[in-house]
Amino acid sequence: MTDTSMQTPETGRQAVSLTAYDARTRKRAKAEKRFRAYGIVAIATGLFFLIVLFASILSEGIPAFTRTVVSVDFTLTQQEQEEAESTLFKTKAYSDLFIAALNKELDESGLQVDFDEAAIERLLGKVGGTIRTFYADNPDKLGEPIEFDLAASSRVDGYFKGRVSRDTIQDSRFLQKSDLDLVDALKEAGIIKQVFNWPFITGADSGVDNPGGAGIGASVVGSFFMMLVVLALSLPIGVAASIYLEEFAPQNKFTDLIEVNISNLAAVPSIVFGILGLAVFIQFMHLPQSAPLVGGLVLTLMTLPTIIISTRASLKAVPPSIRDAALGVGASKMQAVFHHVLPLAAPGILTGTIIGLAQALGETAPLLLIGMVGFVARGYPDGFLAGFTEPNSAMPAQIYTWAARADVGFYEKAWGGIIILLIFLLTMNIIAIILRRRFERRW
Amino acid sequence: MPILWLFLIVVAIALVGYVLGRSRALQSAGGDSRNLHSLPAFYGANVALKVIVPAFGLLVIWLLVQPIYVNSQVSGMIPDTAIKEGSSRGLVLAEVRRTATGLDNAVAQGALTEDVARNARADFTDMTQRLKDAGQVVTSNITQTVLRGAQSYRIMNSSGYRIMSIAVILVALAGAAISLVQTNADYRARNVVEQGIRVLLLAAASIAILTTIGIVLSLVFNTWEFFRLYPASDFFFGTTWAPSFSGRGGASDLGILPLLWGTLYISVVALLVAVPIGLFAAIYLSEYASPAVRAFAKPLLEVLAGIPTIVYGLFALLTVGPLLLGVFGDGGLGWMKAGTAVMTAGLVMGIMLIPFVSSLSDDIINAVPQAMRDGSYGLGATQSETIRQVVLPAALPGIVGAILLAASRAIGETMIVVLGAGAAARLSLNPFEAMTTVTAKIVSQLTGDADFASPEALVAFALGMTLFVVTLGLNVFALYIVRKYREQYE
Repeated sequence: MTDTSMQTPETGRQAVSLTAYDARTRKRAKAEKRFRAYGIVAIATGLFFLIVLFASILSEGIPAFTRTVVSVDFTLTQQEQEEAESTLFKTKAYSDLFIAALNKELDESGLQVDFDEAAIERLLGKVGGTIRTFYADNPDKLGEPIEFDLAASSRVDGYFKGRVSRDTIQDSRFLQKSDLDLVDALKEAGIIKQVFNWPFITGADSGVDNPGGAGIGASVVGSFFMMLVVLALSLPIGVAASIYLEEFAPQNKFTDLIEVNISNLAAVPSIVFGILGLAVFIQFMHLPQSAPLVGGLVLTLMTLPTIIISTRASLKAVPPSIRDAALGVGASKMQAVFHHVLPLAAPGILTGTIIGLAQALGETAPLLLIGMVGFVARGYPDGFLAGFTEPNSAMPAQIYTWAARADVGFYEKAWGGIIILLIFLLTMNIIAIILRRRFERRW
Repeated sequence: MPILWLFLIVVAIALVGYVLGRSRALQSAGGDSRNLHSLPAFYGANVALKVIVPAFGLLVIWLLVQPIYVNSQVSGMIPDTAIKEGSSRGLVLAEVRRTATGLDNAVAQGALTEDVARNARADFTDMTQRLKDAGQVVTSNITQTVLRGAQSYRIMNSSGYRIMSIAVILVALAGAAISLVQTNADYRARNVVEQGIRVLLLAAASIAILTTIGIVLSLVFNTWEFFRLYPASDFFFGTTWAPSFSGRGGASDLGILPLLWGTLYISVVALLVAVPIGLFAAIYLSEYASPAVRAFAKPLLEVLAGIPTIVYGLFALLTVGPLLLGVFGDGGLGWMKAGTAVMTAGLVMGIMLIPFVSSLSDDIINAVPQAMRDGSYGLGATQSETIRQVVLPAALPGIVGAILLAASRAIGETMIVVLGAGAAARLSLNPFEAMTTVTAKIVSQLTGDADFASPEALVAFALGMTLFVVTLGLNVFALYIVRKYREQYE
């Protein structure tokens, strides 16, 4: 290098200070900042959607866990019962007695409000029949004071939860504006109140015109039996298939075919599995329709690829030295795999299985095709074995049925059902995370 | 539950066989296990395997074949004259099966004696009434053909199950006997057992192939049936979708084009939401974010992928739909008539696909070697210039693959469109109008009491076939692109 080349070249370019940005650098720096901001905006948008989703689930779903009841102290003497039974309109006699008791309680709290039998029927449904069957079933309760918790109609429930207001209500045979005065008076007297909605958690689906009585319990049981089938089939089959592919499979066309099939099945839309279930299990094999057994079989086929993929990953993570050591002390290949590799891979396999089960638990579309729609879940199965074959629904299908109904009262149930479904999913995922943290081994 | 009992009996035989096999082997070695070829447990396992595998194999095959055989026999008993106008053989068979279950239940309740239920000359008008009295659901008056069919259906089924039980137990006992006779000190039990287990493992792995075959056969079979009843050209090129609701008679228009258009439109909207957000999120997470931000934001974004689609469906129907209606509806811009629309479903589906695009792209961007970035920085490029001009081009095939996979997800998605997109099939350009998709129509054609033999129900299989072919094609194409254009970095 010569000294001349070290000199500043005599070009026409004007000298600039290194500490000041020129226009082009400023532009590039701005572009850099802009690009970075796009990334932040993208992540913020994603998280914003997540927050909106959870906010709407919680705000819409939590009201489903409370219900409005009218609780009235009521005493029926033997004589009153006999008199009521001797009249022509028996249930009317009972509801007259009930209205008298209600009036008495209102008077005691010093509130005056006019109401008639029709208003009570709009608020509470057929009270007389409920009371009559109660005393017919429990004759020993005659003469004792009993606190009746009678479920208020879904419109009244909606009034309490802000779904129905005085401005929006239209007089109908379900509820009239004047009834709300009565509701307010009852509320002031502490007769009408909101309690925790146990029937929602333990009950079964109700008719289309009774959103208040609908519960998710029966379909939780349906989901439970389905998950038993999925677990009992997909875990052994998935582990066996993974062991074969990872440890024993020779390099040939057939192995390639299996691998291609597994990766393709993982990407087949879930509804196609529903079509498969309908055609093979119901049309061809004549298994019972709407049965959790069939649902479990369909979901097993759907989750198998997921479980195989994660099981293979955890088998692969066991270092070859373990196998070599086992073979070195005289174990057969099969013994090396079953006695040493499989136990070491077990935590990973379990984690993958739980995540696969969680995915299956939330799946809806294939269940609709094999008839596990919500309105089938009318009650609990008669026993453990009947749980597999008796028609039932599953949680997501039940939620879908509620969402598709016309009555707005069911929407609240659907959101509440989603909260329960998400609680199950969250529990399963937390168990999976704990298992992974607790037993994960770094080699 | 006779099958459960059968199951338990076979397991019991296997357990006894295990103990006997083990002790027999030890006996033949004079009580010293060192004289045996294999460990004693292998001799027991050998017997147990030879009991369980053939017996359960026979059980499964019998359970598959018997209903098919019985159905074809009963179907042969029904003369063509007994099938009413507008009805079909399948419907009559379904009625036969219903009557047979009705008879079974009535006998179980004690409303009918076994003799009456079996007696072929039983008075059939009387029978309808007696079944109804016993609380059994019987649709109409039972005709003589149906009652005869139901009776022989019951007889064939019950005797079939009896023969099956005997055969399965015999096979189990034979397996135990043969393997016990084979057992002696020189028998290579370990090799036999391990070979057997290997075959079982292979069988488990082959279930993936069986599933694919099952999917293809059930689709092809029913689609073929559909095309016999409805011309294929009208299906593929028809521009109206109007199935008649009665299920028979009346002309249904079953053109797939409006459904394909709806599917495509919704998927495009979903990808327009998901791809920019997912891609930029992936770029930020892999290139800019500090480890703390990454550890916080990445799992949270992936929560979106773990949420069941029914939740998104409800979110579309009850939250996003009314929200959009407030802005674009009659109160606002006046473009939207109802909450369910292409925009609603597309937007929500886009949210669902964000983590799908972002985590796939994240992996791909991370796979681009650091040396390429360093080279670019060394030449004076800023970080964003490096990403745009070096990292993204290198990752492009993978990103295109990820987008194609997301597209295949969008096309196959069901619950969001069932709840969020509406039910009307139309060819329209307005994204605020309700449209419907292939998946939504599969659900609506196959739920309810449709007769499987009608074109209105069978069309769902043709739709499913289309869906399967399209998504499979997209997946294969995505893999092909990734394989073909992937740069191999060492």
